[in-house]
Amino acid sequence: MSLPALEVTDVAKSYGAMSVFSSVSFAIAEGEAVGIVGPNGAGKTTLLDLLTGTGRCDAGRVLLHGKDVTRLPPPLRARMGLGRTFQVPRPLGDLTVFENALVGAMRAAGLHGRAAYSAAWDALGMSGMTGHANAPAHSLRLLDRKRLELARALAMRPRVLLLDEIAGGLSDPESEALIATIRAVNSGGTAIVWVEHVLRVLTAVVPRLVCLADGQVIADGVPSDVLASDAVRTAFLGGGVL
Amino acid sequence: MNWVNAVIQGILLGGQYALIACGLSLAFGVMRIVNLAHGDLAICGAYLGLVLSSALGVPVWVTLPLLLPAAFAAGMALQVLLLGRALRHGVLAPVLVTFGLSAMIENLLQVAATSDPRGLNGGALTLASFTVGSVTVSWLFLAAFLTACAVLSGLQLALSRTSWGRQVRAIADDLDTARLVGVNVAPVFATVAGIAVATAALAGVFIGTIGTFDPLAGTNTLIFAFEAVVIGGIGSLAGTLIGGIALGVTQVVVGEINQAYAVLAVHLLFLAVLVVRPGGLFAAHQAAHEPRRQGALG
Amino acid sequence: MTPDGPLLEIAGLDVFYGDFQALFGVSMSVARGCVTALVGANGAGKTTLLRTIAGAQAAERGVVRYGGTDITAAPPHRRISRGIALVPEGRKLFPSLTVEENIQVGAVAAASGAWPLERIYDAFPMIATRRKQRAATLSGGEQQAVAIARALAAAPSVLLLDEISLGLAPRVVEELYQVLHGLRAAGTTLVIVEQDLSRAMDASDQLVCLLEGRVALAAAVTEVTRDLVIAAYFGQGRS
Repeated sequence: MSLPALEVTDVAKSYGAMSVFSSVSFAIAEGEAVGIVGPNGAGKTTLLDLLTGTGRCDAGRVLLHGKDVTRLPPPLRARMGLGRTFQVPRPLGDLTVFENALVGAMRAAGLHGRAAYSAAWDALGMSGMTGHANAPAHSLRLLDRKRLELARALAMRPRVLLLDEIAGGLSDPESEALIATIRAVNSGGTAIVWVEHVLRVLTAVVPRLVCLADGQVIADGVPSDVLASDAVRTAFLGGGVL
Repeated sequence: MNWVNAVIQGILLGGQYALIACGLSLAFGVMRIVNLAHGDLAICGAYLGLVLSSALGVPVWVTLPLLLPAAFAAGMALQVLLLGRALRHGVLAPVLVTFGLSAMIENLLQVAATSDPRGLNGGALTLASFTVGSVTVSWLFLAAFLTACAVLSGLQLALSRTSWGRQVRAIADDLDTARLVGVNVAPVFATVAGIAVATAALAGVFIGTIGTFDPLAGTNTLIFAFEAVVIGGIGSLAGTLIGGIALGVTQVVVGEINQAYAVLAVHLLFLAVLVVRPGGLFAAHQAAHEPRRQGALG
Repeated sequence: MTPDGPLLEIAGLDVFYGDFQALFGVSMSVARGCVTALVGANGAGKTTLLRTIAGAQAAERGVVRYGGTDITAAPPHRRISRGIALVPEGRKLFPSLTVEENIQVGAVAAASGAWPLERIYDAFPMIATRRKQRAATLSGGEQQAVAIARALAAAPSVLLLDEISLGLAPRVVEELYQVLHGLRAAGTTLVIVEQDLSRAMDASDQLVCLLEGRVALAAAVTEVTRDLVIAAYFGQGRS
């Protein structure tokens, strides 16, 4: 039995008197794709911060490929194969698309020379951006900026990729394109942990949903089961029978 | 070495600094505009005073009922035509625009009025003074100080008690929400800019009466005004007065010891405050300048 | 202006933040005196829609009509004068102003004098005792009351409320909804964004559900079931 790609055990986090998580636990296998959902204020982005190391857990452990990374800072976790995209894509505008991907390969993964070029090019391929390789990043429209954000994260050859609300604001055909892109990334072997509000896009890609609410995991399973569960519906929409 | 006299003179001088600074404080606190031409606008006020008092053959004080409204109108025009538009391009744009404006004003003044130092006709007030114990107080200095106090208190009262004042403070707290709840922001900005230039012009008249002025005097004036605002705390009118007084007292007291170091001491005080309390002594909120503006005026 | 027509009408609204499209052809109709509940997941566009109706957000395409008049290009202060007021998400009180001053600022563009201070304090006894306190020092529930009061001071005919129950204890939310019931009885038209579906359906006449910037469901409350709303909310049944 192989080690989980990413495992979180009894993680707790508070900001002052306000508790975000009391106890969150789940595990993701190598190459698995999981969606993280939850109502506003459930702490989804905080969870991503704890996974990358941007935020520190008050309790509990984070394990990456079996190694305890709870105290490890973000750059070292990145070197171990943990990548992340950010909600608002902010490419380096004056650089070309290729150069942006290169930054990911060199800075985050510490690659040099030909290895870096190779990684950057592969990343562009995976996210469907090779056609735009020489375009200045500021000229891209929204879908392509999201793909570039994806490419930058992929250029560091992550084994686990964290996606932070990447699906917002896209039209239907653009959403389809994004779904295809992320499916391709996942089928290349990269595990995906995806925090998202746009459930339609999310459930088109991931076979498993984890729902966060009230500081814990309240559901973990197949999307149709999770969304149908009373606990999840109450968390999103409030209690009460009609 | 008459310390008491030095401190008193310093306080009075501080009033002048506070008067020139209050417009800068208001403009930044409310509109997030750093007006680098503020000092030059004060000097323009002095030149306007010169023109009017020469033309009418009266001491410059008599021209104030003409001068101040004209300065107010000029401030409003500046806001509506230039700075308001610059603001749409971000908070840095007004800095660049006013930098250019400053250069333009200084050059225009040099062409129109030559670089000769000028003085304003203050009438009988200029030379009169009175003595209390060991302290000799010039009526002019006292008038400048009292005017500064009156203007600052008047502004503070207007901010606290009037509907306009509430709208100004609301805008300073949160521009987006102020607009949302029905404040018509453009006219408010225009009046604030008008007040800023009018107070600058008034300060310029005092500067021109107490000492001499020339087209390039604006820069120095700006620096002192800026330091007074920063020391006192951005957005606080009371702080601006305290800041001005701190500058004035430092300048005069150190000047008593060694005149050469007086101005340097002032700048060192400014740096010291920046290191110890970057928000200023009376900053309403110590928030950094985020894209969503959080700050108060009071 | 047709007295029988809808008081507020939105047609084909497309709203963008840069090139991020937040609303796709959103249309909605609100009759005079009607209470509309606006529900949907986060990011669905509820706040964007309310802000666009209030004039704080510009629409790329589409029309906002009030009392038959096209107000799409009108700035917020004009819309307030006509009778539309918004209680924004997150309350957004002016922290350095007192309770009373916050409310007074809300009245600067008021549509009429129908809601003077005394009437507002009668409706919100919990803040009447705190009128001279700085807004930043109040509890969450009190701040929410002040935010609603500030909007009421504009004497609106249409009051838009964005997530007023967020972060508040149930008892406090109950008190606030009592005020809303009172407004409803007095004939004020309300549009309420509410996370709690039961409360939303309980308090309103019609329900509009947004999903990813589009209207997924719009019907009278009597015609929908909770399951129907949930399906629209989660986007099930949409391929």
